[in-house]
Amino acid sequence: MSGRRSDVVLRVEGLRIEVEGSGVDIVDDVGFHISAGEVLGLVGESGSGKTTVGLALLGHTRRGARIAAGRIAIGELAVLGQSPAALRAMRGKVVSYVPQDPGAALNPALRIGTQLEETLEAHGFGSSAEERRTRLGEMLDEVLLPSDSAFVRRYPHQLSGGQQQRVGLAMAFACRPSVIVLDEPTTGLDVTTQAHVLQTVRMLCDTHGVAALYVSHDLAVVATLANRVAVMYAGRMVEVGTERTLFLTAAHPYTRRLVEAIPEMSGKHALEGIPGTAPRPGHRPTGCFFAPRCDFAVEECTGSFPPVEQLGENHEVRCFRHGDVATELARERRPAPALPAAETDTLLSVRKLDAFHGSFQFVFDVDLTVKPRQCVALVGESGSGKTTLARCIAGIHANFTGDVSLRGEAVPHGARERDRRLRREIQYVFQSPYSSLNPRRTVGQIIAQPLKLFFDPSRQETHDRTLRALERVSISTSVIDRYPHELSGGERQRVAIARALVAEPSLLVCDEITSALDVSVQAAIVDLIAELQREMNLGLLFVTHNLALIRTIAEEVAVMSGGRIVEEGPVDRVLDSPQEDYTKRLLTDTPSLEAALAAPGA
Amino acid sequence: MSGAETAVHAGAAFQRRPLVLLFRRAWRQGRTRIGVFLVLLLVGTALIGPLFAPHSPSEFVGLPNGGPSSAAKLGTDNLGRDILSRFLWGGRSILGLSVAATAIGLVFGVTIGLVAAYSRSILDDVLMRAMDVILAFPSIVLALVAVATVGPKLWLIVLTVGITTAPRVARVTRGASLDVVERDFVRAAEAIGESHGRILLGELLPNVTSPLLVEASLRLTYSIGLIAGLSFLGFGLQPPAADWGLMINENRLALTVHPWGVVMPVVAIALLTIGTSLIGDGLSRAAAGIERGGAE
Repeated sequence: MSGRRSDVVLRVEGLRIEVEGSGVDIVDDVGFHISAGEVLGLVGESGSGKTTVGLALLGHTRRGARIAAGRIAIGELAVLGQSPAALRAMRGKVVSYVPQDPGAALNPALRIGTQLEETLEAHGFGSSAEERRTRLGEMLDEVLLPSDSAFVRRYPHQLSGGQQQRVGLAMAFACRPSVIVLDEPTTGLDVTTQAHVLQTVRMLCDTHGVAALYVSHDLAVVATLANRVAVMYAGRMVEVGTERTLFLTAAHPYTRRLVEAIPEMSGKHALEGIPGTAPRPGHRPTGCFFAPRCDFAVEECTGSFPPVEQLGENHEVRCFRHGDVATELARERRPAPALPAAETDTLLSVRKLDAFHGSFQFVFDVDLTVKPRQCVALVGESGSGKTTLARCIAGIHANFTGDVSLRGEAVPHGARERDRRLRREIQYVFQSPYSSLNPRRTVGQIIAQPLKLFFDPSRQETHDRTLRALERVSISTSVIDRYPHELSGGERQRVAIARALVAEPSLLVCDEITSALDVSVQAAIVDLIAELQREMNLGLLFVTHNLALIRTIAEEVAVMSGGRIVEEGPVDRVLDSPQEDYTKRLLTDTPSLEAALAAPGA
Repeated sequence: MSGAETAVHAGAAFQRRPLVLLFRRAWRQGRTRIGVFLVLLLVGTALIGPLFAPHSPSEFVGLPNGGPSSAAKLGTDNLGRDILSRFLWGGRSILGLSVAATAIGLVFGVTIGLVAAYSRSILDDVLMRAMDVILAFPSIVLALVAVATVGPKLWLIVLTVGITTAPRVARVTRGASLDVVERDFVRAAEAIGESHGRILLGELLPNVTSPLLVEASLRLTYSIGLIAGLSFLGFGLQPPAADWGLMINENRLALTVHPWGVVMPVVAIALLTIGTSLIGDGLSRAAAGIERGGAE
């Protein structure tokens, strides 16, 4: 990208991080380097150790972990083995950190100006208060925030999520560090805000020649931002390469599956999840950790962990069979399944719905129709009222006016006012499986709850139906006497889906059901929902903020903004030739692999 | 065969129950073990002590305020009764009364706290302000007023101490439940039409048991102190019955001459309250994740 590229700023070698005491490895044998002005994307599923590696660059580990071996050098400076005081002086000045949730990272009791000045003061930046104030103004200008005194005097809660993250960026870039670690800084943001924050990051790294490590689970985001990408799996770095190499000709089977799990805007292929789950520290197999889930695995793979192999100037991989993986480019990807023909009658009909929180109106005059066996996607940014609308339909939010009817029959507003059959016919799956399952009940008890309420079954029948429900959502029936905290995020969401399906609904409302999950798990869940919809003849209202997801599952889409439906129609029509400005903007801002790869000079 | 397998499974599930895990984490701490030891020791004394008592608690075995002798190992009290026998007999009442009072306080407090947290309406304010009114009275004064009006009845003492315990339990329950009420699984239960009672008992209560256990052991500590105090003042068990609180009162004049009549019940009450509060402390540390120890 520029001449500075060869100046390696950060070099990590043989990094090993263990659980304190037991010596179980969390991360081992991790090595990489980043040059000035370069952004290295570090991707992996949750639990892969990517945040652990990111924090290690600041000489920090989470409680209970310790850096056992390795070398981290920033320029001439060795990060490891320094005194706590020296580490504190280094953090923020030489290497800085942008956390995932800026709302939680900023002190709610201090004005943002005070917090930014503190950073400068702590590192003795500038000789006088006057000089620091000037620098403060520059910092805010750099991250495209207003630098007037009214803004500086604001508290964090008076800023939007995007502005808070910009303050976080300003703070990280304040002392002109040479390395910056960004830990999923845009995860909680809307696509439009995310696009702007990403541009700012790119611009700052370019102008100041900062080496950035961008930790993320979102490959599409990484593709738009990073120069090179490193893929982590179960605490090991399995592949490193330029983003074009990795996304087009990955040599590691895991990278390849990860790329295939990303929803495409064009929706040509079916989403494919990766079966199984990544092994946790202490439960990792001998040999290649990915071997148990790998299509390419041979006997050799279970013997020892594959060594690093250099495939090109900028391409390293750890796989015995990378040659076969690379030549097997022609592997047929499953085309997206044909969607069922539309029906003429109506399942759900919403007319003139206005919803309120207290006296504040959130949803304005919404009309919506779902036909039997049809999937309607409801798309919008956070705060667009899509979740409120979905909750009104499910009877969870009762403060609304207007008509909801199911097969022409009027549906009372709150779930308590509905009769047993109506409550059974409309089922709702929540966004976060971490909050929607009672932690003190076993999976069996959770699924039995709606069964008992809706069908008065015998004990044996309850047990049989629970087992069948678990089989239907493809998880092992042995989880029946487990507690939610013993399951992975994807498994929990499957249990939540099973709970909704045992009620034998005719309409299923799915509220952002994949947004709390990894991309490979997201693919599997979407695939499952699409399959179940066909099998069980469900009407589906699929609420999401991810436009790329809807092409594979929905026929109709309604785009919401500011509590109103601004555009609706068949998915292909809306995505290919959007009419409204809002939809167009949403489409451009949604990070996508295809767009990132099509862009020249990436 | 399959029955045995199910049993094994159920056993394994039991082992992993959140509450079982909490108790195990608490048990790993020295303070919990000391607390359990003290409580078992004192409860043992109170329950099986009477079997070993050499005399009836109201039998006169010697001169008043006599020193230790073969008939009375720890001497005699102000009326000439055996101090050791009275001590061994005197734990049952204080233990029974304080456990009963704490139980009443828990039932009222938990119910009010759960209803207040779940109602999210004016009912919350009404209930909690009512609790504040009770809290405003020092509990010992409230108990004295009740006893002075109705007379020194045991049921009345249990009820009054229970009622003065309830507001604190209600506050803790409400505080812990407010978080849980906002979680999606409560919405999920509402959406499928689960009854209010089942939501309170099945969804909310199991998720606030950790802070409640801590609170229960703390409230038991306070109840023991309060009931011992009431007995000391003469509003508990009436003479000639044996009771630790009463014993302190009866023998306090002879404290300088023959200390056993006061020291034994005082030490017993002190150790019992220390034991219960150590258990509470261990539980609260386990619940907060301090001193987690090895991996689960």
